[in-house]
Amino acid sequence: MSILVIAEHDNQTIKTATRNALGAAAQIGGDVDLLVAGSGCSAAAQAAAAIPGVRKVLVADAPHYGGQLAESLAALVVGMAKGYSHILAPATTTGKNVMPRVAALLDVAQVSEIIAVKSPDTFVRPIYAGNAFATVQSKDAIKVVTVRTTGFDAVPASGGSAAVESVAAGPDGGLSSLLGREISKSDRPELVSARVVVSGGRGMGSGENFKILEALADKLNAALGASRAAVDAGFVPNDWQVGQTGKIVAPELYIAVGISGAIQHLAGMKDSRVIVAVNKDEEAPIFQVADYGIVGDLFQIVPELVKELG
Amino acid sequence: MKVLVPIKRVVDYNVKVRVKADGTGVETANVKMSMNPFDEIAVEEAVRLKEAGVVTEIIVASCGLPACQETLRTALAIGADRAILVESDADLQPLAVAKLLRAVAQKENPGLVLFGKQAIDDDCNQTGQMFAALMGWSQGTFVSKVKIEGDKATVTREVDGGLETVALKMPAAITVDLRLNEPRYVTLPNIMKAKKKPLEVLKPDALGVDVSPRLATLKVEEPPKRKAGVKVPDPKTLVDKLRNEAKVIQ
Repeated sequence: MSILVIAEHDNQTIKTATRNALGAAAQIGGDVDLLVAGSGCSAAAQAAAAIPGVRKVLVADAPHYGGQLAESLAALVVGMAKGYSHILAPATTTGKNVMPRVAALLDVAQVSEIIAVKSPDTFVRPIYAGNAFATVQSKDAIKVVTVRTTGFDAVPASGGSAAVESVAAGPDGGLSSLLGREISKSDRPELVSARVVVSGGRGMGSGENFKILEALADKLNAALGASRAAVDAGFVPNDWQVGQTGKIVAPELYIAVGISGAIQHLAGMKDSRVIVAVNKDEEAPIFQVADYGIVGDLFQIVPELVKELG
Repeated sequence: MKVLVPIKRVVDYNVKVRVKADGTGVETANVKMSMNPFDEIAVEEAVRLKEAGVVTEIIVASCGLPACQETLRTALAIGADRAILVESDADLQPLAVAKLLRAVAQKENPGLVLFGKQAIDDDCNQTGQMFAALMGWSQGTFVSKVKIEGDKATVTREVDGGLETVALKMPAAITVDLRLNEPRYVTLPNIMKAKKKPLEVLKPDALGVDVSPRLATLKVEEPPKRKAGVKVPDPKTLVDKLRNEAKVIQ
């Protein structure tokens, strides 16, 4: 067996999610090659070569891979697919965009967001917002799989010395082009890989009020998140959204403030190690999954909590 | 320009699903079914594009059981012009649905296909991308803004780190995210009108599509349950518990 993993990167560094996908690849077993497709991505390729357990880093460097858009990237991957039993990518917005396109071009199924490997052709994936787990077996010759990052420990970032090989870039099909990116700038850790996450819900009342969560997040070096209700109300941007339709997180500590705990939201955070809930409604469903709950006014409790943390 | 909007009938988002005792799936008998919420946003966007004069005709299509006709009627009540049901009682997986939709698109020649970004039952998030691949079209996924000018669509995509703006060559497949719009309420007069709109029923065989499933579901089970913890009286106690009991902060 041999596995091709598609690296998620920003041309400079390899994103942690890639190393979670490599964790899944290690469980499947066999030789693992890592594809770094980008534009001016030699720094990312060097970083990739240092990841242990990688046989070869394959680098495709061309301007039209810079944005990692699905049309060009899928065409490249399909051209390389022969000889691999599995093609894996993390289930990030990039992976979810590209991999179904790869699968359809290969005329195979895609297995979405696996959380466990039962055998090389059998995987577990959540359905119905994580309210059920399905064990599925792929009958296709090439298994195209996206990996939910919270389901697998990341392999280490360094200690390996894989060979780096160039692969020929495919043509630019000209179907799509990246016009721009507005990437939220923040000194905080990334939401999906943070050790601590502080999230606010509709109970926050306004975007302005999220300031009090910032103070708490500062104390804990936490990432900030939000429920879909808070995003829909326009309090905070959508890339803060934790839930079935947003990001899936599983930090060591998740603090839910003013979040009632809709199924939709629980789907995105219930695998966190320790969950704390602050809500004025003692019947709120969030308390059914919280290890520690405080019933009361968040505008009073959060500042007190910040003070207690010293 | 014609627009095609594929829609899926799913267990309503308010229903707490139960896993069947025999582990073959989740209970869907006697459960409220609705249009997949993301697909409703796609239908609404199509109607807005028609109201803006960009689109001339809206076709909605669904693949599945005869009961999907009900969901198609809802889409017609929102403002679609006609509907197509590809009727099948098979376990239709995303690749099969994408192939059925390709067959429909080859008959109808839409300039744009608007999908919901994912169905809330299987949470696959694949069909739009697969359809784009099979057609050799451009794709814009997880879209929160759409602008169409001539043979180009400019879309804003909701990506992990923020937003991304991409130009797509038309025809294009676009999958929509939550913040694209807020679907209108369906009014009674429009429900009555929808009953008279055309609804065509096709079969996969007639479209020449093999819909055999590629993935076998071996088992469906309940996820491990998380136990409710304790309520603490104040932040001081909470910090103490987090430090000394859970040992999750210093």
